[in-house]
Amino acid sequence: MSKILIIAEHLNGKLNPATAKCVSCASKIAGAEIHVLVLATDPAAIAAEAAQIAGVAKVLTHAHAANGNALAAVYAPQVLALASGYSHVLGPSTTFGKDLMPRIAAKLGVSQVSDVMAVEDSHTFKRPIYAGNAIVTVKAPAGQLVVATVRTASFPAAPGGGSAPVESVSIDFAAPTHTRFVGLEQGGGDRPDLQTARVVVSGGRALGSADAFKLIYDFADQLKAGVGASRAAVDAGYAPNDMQVGQTGKIIAPELYIAVGISGAIQHLTGIKDAGTIVAINKDAEAPIFEVADIGLVGDLFKVVPELMQALG
Amino acid sequence: MKILVGLKRVVDYTVRVQVKPDGSGVAIDGVKMSVNPFDEIALEEALRLREAGKATEVVVVSIGPQLAMQQIDSGLAMGANRGILVKTEQPIQPLTAARVFQKLVEKEQPGLVLLGKQAIDDDANQTAQMLAALLDRPQATFASKVEVDGNVARVTREVDVGLETLEVDLPAVVSVDLRLNTPRFIKLPDIMKAKSKPRETLELASLGVESGDHLVTTHYAPPPKRQKGVVVKDVPELIGALKAKGLL
Ligand SMILES: Cc1cc2nc3c(=O)[nH]c(=O)nc-3n(C[C@H](O)[C@H](O)[C@H](O)COP(=O)(O)OP(=O)(O)OC[C@H]3O[C@@H](n4cnc5c(N)ncnc54)[C@H](O)[C@@H]3O)c2cc1C
Ligand SMILES: Nc1ncnc2c1ncn2[C@@H]1O[C@H](COP(=O)(O)O)[C@@H](O)[C@H]1O
Repeated sequence: MSKILIIAEHLNGKLNPATAKCVSCASKIAGAEIHVLVLATDPAAIAAEAAQIAGVAKVLTHAHAANGNALAAVYAPQVLALASGYSHVLGPSTTFGKDLMPRIAAKLGVSQVSDVMAVEDSHTFKRPIYAGNAIVTVKAPAGQLVVATVRTASFPAAPGGGSAPVESVSIDFAAPTHTRFVGLEQGGGDRPDLQTARVVVSGGRALGSADAFKLIYDFADQLKAGVGASRAAVDAGYAPNDMQVGQTGKIIAPELYIAVGISGAIQHLTGIKDAGTIVAINKDAEAPIFEVADIGLVGDLFKVVPELMQALG
Repeated sequence: MKILVGLKRVVDYTVRVQVKPDGSGVAIDGVKMSVNPFDEIALEEALRLREAGKATEVVVVSIGPQLAMQQIDSGLAMGANRGILVKTEQPIQPLTAARVFQKLVEKEQPGLVLLGKQAIDDDANQTAQMLAALLDRPQATFASKVEVDGNVARVTREVDVGLETLEVDLPAVVSVDLRLNTPRFIKLPDIMKAKSKPRETLELASLGVESGDHLVTTHYAPPPKRQKGVVVKDVPELIGALKAKGLL
């Protein structure tokens, strides 16, 4: 029997939807008993959210003054105190999970399976390598605890409707003081979150300036869409870093992805492989983005986008 | 302060890697190999810290085959003081790499270890975090800004919601993201100058490192192909196509 511990990601008292995606991945492991661990200063509200995820058998909470910010060096020892009772410890493949999970794996002396995109059996998983140019099947040793991160774009969020018991645990732990939180500058604003938005509009280098990039925001707002960007657009300062989509940015799976003035480099495409429909607007008919686009329109974005906005307005 | 920088030898980022038809691996014979792009950024940062008087020595480390000496060479040409090749003909997994770095840290006592946030071959994104854990030291991953002040580093990290700043006591392990800096180009005279810089080769087997290569890859497959789509000629056709799919 598999007993699975999922580390909840949360911010400002709210559970991140990535947690429900981890539950959905964990429930692919036959006969799994799934627990969610909430580490926070005041875990009650977050735990109540986690308890509603269908498939969760129990929510564990550990309240501690040091848990105000998700510092890997602070979280890891708390997870390690509980890990031995589990066959699997999972976290999302977000910057939170990527930061934390290897710190746990190393202490347990096990390898980590990064970016699980499919579960074959309790110890066999599929994951991407080489920017998604290859998908490998990897096997962790039978009988060894599995530490893995879940590629959130590969799993739907598990539905609500659950009512798992919430249990607070006591852990004997002295929080390290060598790592201190200074501040968080949040981007985003009130647009739909890039990682969960149904529609995403992304802009590339072709926009040419931060000013011109406003066109992408306006178009996105009209569609109630999230906003993404290529690395070139982010590097050039047209868009903030948290909007980067791709191998080293966010991996997303919206129903509709509209790439505007983006060439379609492999590092970008790896971030949108799971999008439902990809639309490309690019003036170069040879741009590689057209090889993956479901609907392509060859044209000047500064003409096409305003025309689209008018037609839809 | 000494800085240790990891330089992994990887398939160049411009190569479109193909899976072998029999699913036994990826075809990388004869393709262009380079320093992992994130590691060049790590090295650039180390050099800037040295140039700013915050560090005294930059040591580059590659764990890999004899040919990985080429990556040490380019690190030395970029400006590192010396290089260490930890030789192994087998590709190794992040936990083993972290254990090797742990041994080197014990020996070299650096104030800072700068690694890439991920190697673009395995895309694991683990080694820095694992090393920090093994050393019981702070980690600051995905750095887009690093400031060293005495025994403390202030690091800005690229996280999903924006930019997070941490303060860590040194020694610490930092993994770098793309926007930290733009690595310098190597000039011909630099290559000549680097020829006389010290290079050390250690056999991985001689370090007494327990293998952390636990994962067995049983199959390689190409990614599922997306169906080739349609090209529409104008905006009304685009809107029509989106409506037909129920997306508008
Ligand atoms: C290690 C590594 C990691 C990387 N990670 C990422 C990542 O996570 N995400 C990412 O996006 N990139 C990443 N990259 C960069 C990637 O290789 C490309 O350089 C980048 O995606 C290019 O961005 P772009 O398409 O906006 O720019 P370009 O490639 O310059 O493309 C601009 C496009 O706009 C079109 N265009 C120009 N003017 C107009 C107009 N008026 N109307 C319509 N079309 C126009 C052009 O035809 C062209 O196709 C990474 C690179 C490396 C080395
Ligand atoms: N074999 C290696 N040689 C040198 N550095 C390495 C090696 N493996 C990993 N690293 C370092 O660890 C980082 C992250 O690698 P990974 O965890 O494999 O994604 C790389 O960017 C390197 O800085």
